[in-house]
Amino acid sequence: MPSESKTAETLVETPQRLSALREEIASGNVKAVELASRYYERIAALNPVLNVYLSLSKERALAQAGRVDGLAAKGDPLPPLAGIPIGIKDVLVMKGAPATAGSKILEGYHPPYDATAVTRLEAAGAVLLGKLNCDEFAMGSSNENSAFGPVRNPVDPERVPGGSSGGSAAAVAANMAVGTLGTDTGGSIRQPASFCGVVGVMPTYGRVSRYGLIAFASSLDRVGPFAGNVRDAATLLGVIAGHDERDATSSAAPVPDFAAESDNPAAGLRIGVPAEYFGEGLDPEVRAAIEKGIQALKAAGCRVQPVSLPHTRYAIPTYYLIATAEASANLARFDGVRYGYRSGRSESLSAMYRHTRDEGFGAEVKRRILLGTYALSAGYYDAYYGKAQQVRRLLAEEYLRAFAQVDALVTPTSPVPPFKLGEKTGDPLSMYLADIYTVTASLAGICGVTVPCGTTGAGLPVGMQILASHMNEATAFRVARAVEAAKV
Amino acid sequence: MTAKVTLDDVKRVAELAHLELSQDETPGMVKDLNAILDYVAELNELDTSGVAPLAQVSELQGATPDASLRADVVLPLLDRAAVMAGAPESDGAFFKVPKVIER
Repeated sequence: MPSESKTAETLVETPQRLSALREEIASGNVKAVELASRYYERIAALNPVLNVYLSLSKERALAQAGRVDGLAAKGDPLPPLAGIPIGIKDVLVMKGAPATAGSKILEGYHPPYDATAVTRLEAAGAVLLGKLNCDEFAMGSSNENSAFGPVRNPVDPERVPGGSSGGSAAAVAANMAVGTLGTDTGGSIRQPASFCGVVGVMPTYGRVSRYGLIAFASSLDRVGPFAGNVRDAATLLGVIAGHDERDATSSAAPVPDFAAESDNPAAGLRIGVPAEYFGEGLDPEVRAAIEKGIQALKAAGCRVQPVSLPHTRYAIPTYYLIATAEASANLARFDGVRYGYRSGRSESLSAMYRHTRDEGFGAEVKRRILLGTYALSAGYYDAYYGKAQQVRRLLAEEYLRAFAQVDALVTPTSPVPPFKLGEKTGDPLSMYLADIYTVTASLAGICGVTVPCGTTGAGLPVGMQILASHMNEATAFRVARAVEAAKV
Repeated sequence: MTAKVTLDDVKRVAELAHLELSQDETPGMVKDLNAILDYVAELNELDTSGVAPLAQVSELQGATPDASLRADVVLPLLDRAAVMAGAPESDGAFFKVPKVIER
């Protein structure tokens, strides 16, 4: 199909609800193999416009779908995601499938193992369609840093889908998957969910195993789901959450039935509205939409009260120092020795390292490695990295104090609606400021959900960020369900 | 913390990070790093004396309940042949790299 004929009306499509789809598969009305094939047809039609998938795992997906159909035919009980088509952000590894992390430096790498989140989805019956485009090494807020070209926003292909999990958000918005996995280090699930008008979940730090995740900043990285509605996102989180002895940071805390918990009404919950998230730089149309969402929560019986988080303005500098310092260490492993690309200009070991990294990494990745290396270097460590770690504690403790008064905080996810491709690429700092409302929760390790909350006059999606304290995803889901039900 | 980053600083840091920057790239990086470092200097406004650094949220009370290290025993991991097959150059047992010591 010619790309010129594609408009938002044909690109945006809400996926069928997971529970309904599973019912159809269980009854035999829908064959999982046919469902997967229909998704591959839609991907073939839309990917030339949206650039959402980097690779497809058809053989593996159809084999899994066949197994599900076999179980259904025998009338056997089906696992919770039986036959559900899911896409995976290409920073999580799948055995034998190309793993790029949106970078040229992993060219030719086919990992010999599955990430734990991938293993758990498949054990629950999910059909894994392929790998989704993202900013290189998950560094970016627009998906324009992918070495394989930007993802476009299905709502308006002239606009960015957000980042870094732009492919994961766009895939759900365009129904190129029923659900997807993304990762969030400073907003990389929540912000693209907001830009594409879908639900995105950043679980508590430690809730979901990172085994098989290509690391960006290890004290911040989370794996979490996207879906077309809150309950489906809760179901997906329930499948991937839980202790994994292969990730030393994973928590052994029991995993509640998030989907069932999300059915509990939000009435009576105490909702905090931090004034610092509604100040200068907030787009008036975004503000109006979020205020309508807050009114809807009041109408649903929530007790809304103001809270103060005065250190908020220090979150972006703190985040970018810590994230880049950790990235400079994590990305040291990409040196042309063990996997991926090696420069042809390898006349010595040192030259091999330097040329491989120069040719393999994109500009933003180099910028962050340089910044992180600088912040960690002798003479600057205390002034930059040490200082940032101290402020990180102040920011985290400020959130914990707020959660002594309220059950959840609500804010805009992004200060602006989705911007146009190229609008911010010339100025790295302005791109960093796009994360102003999301990075503090990353630093504090708490959980957050983005739920669609109205649109601007031009029809661009607005997302509400709902934050809850450590391990209280269920509370965030209840609030998100109330916003969703209000159809702001 | 208001140090101006010079061209030489960027070259030195690039060397530390094993990054070979081209002539074209370096001036832009100097400009970007200065802009970013000027911005992060805002942290100097805060008095953090006596505040313990927070490296991991697990240090916060109740943040990651029941996180525990597993027993330190060797478990079967990845198949060696499969791992070596992903390397740019290997003899099957070892990764091969350019000669390090000239005789």
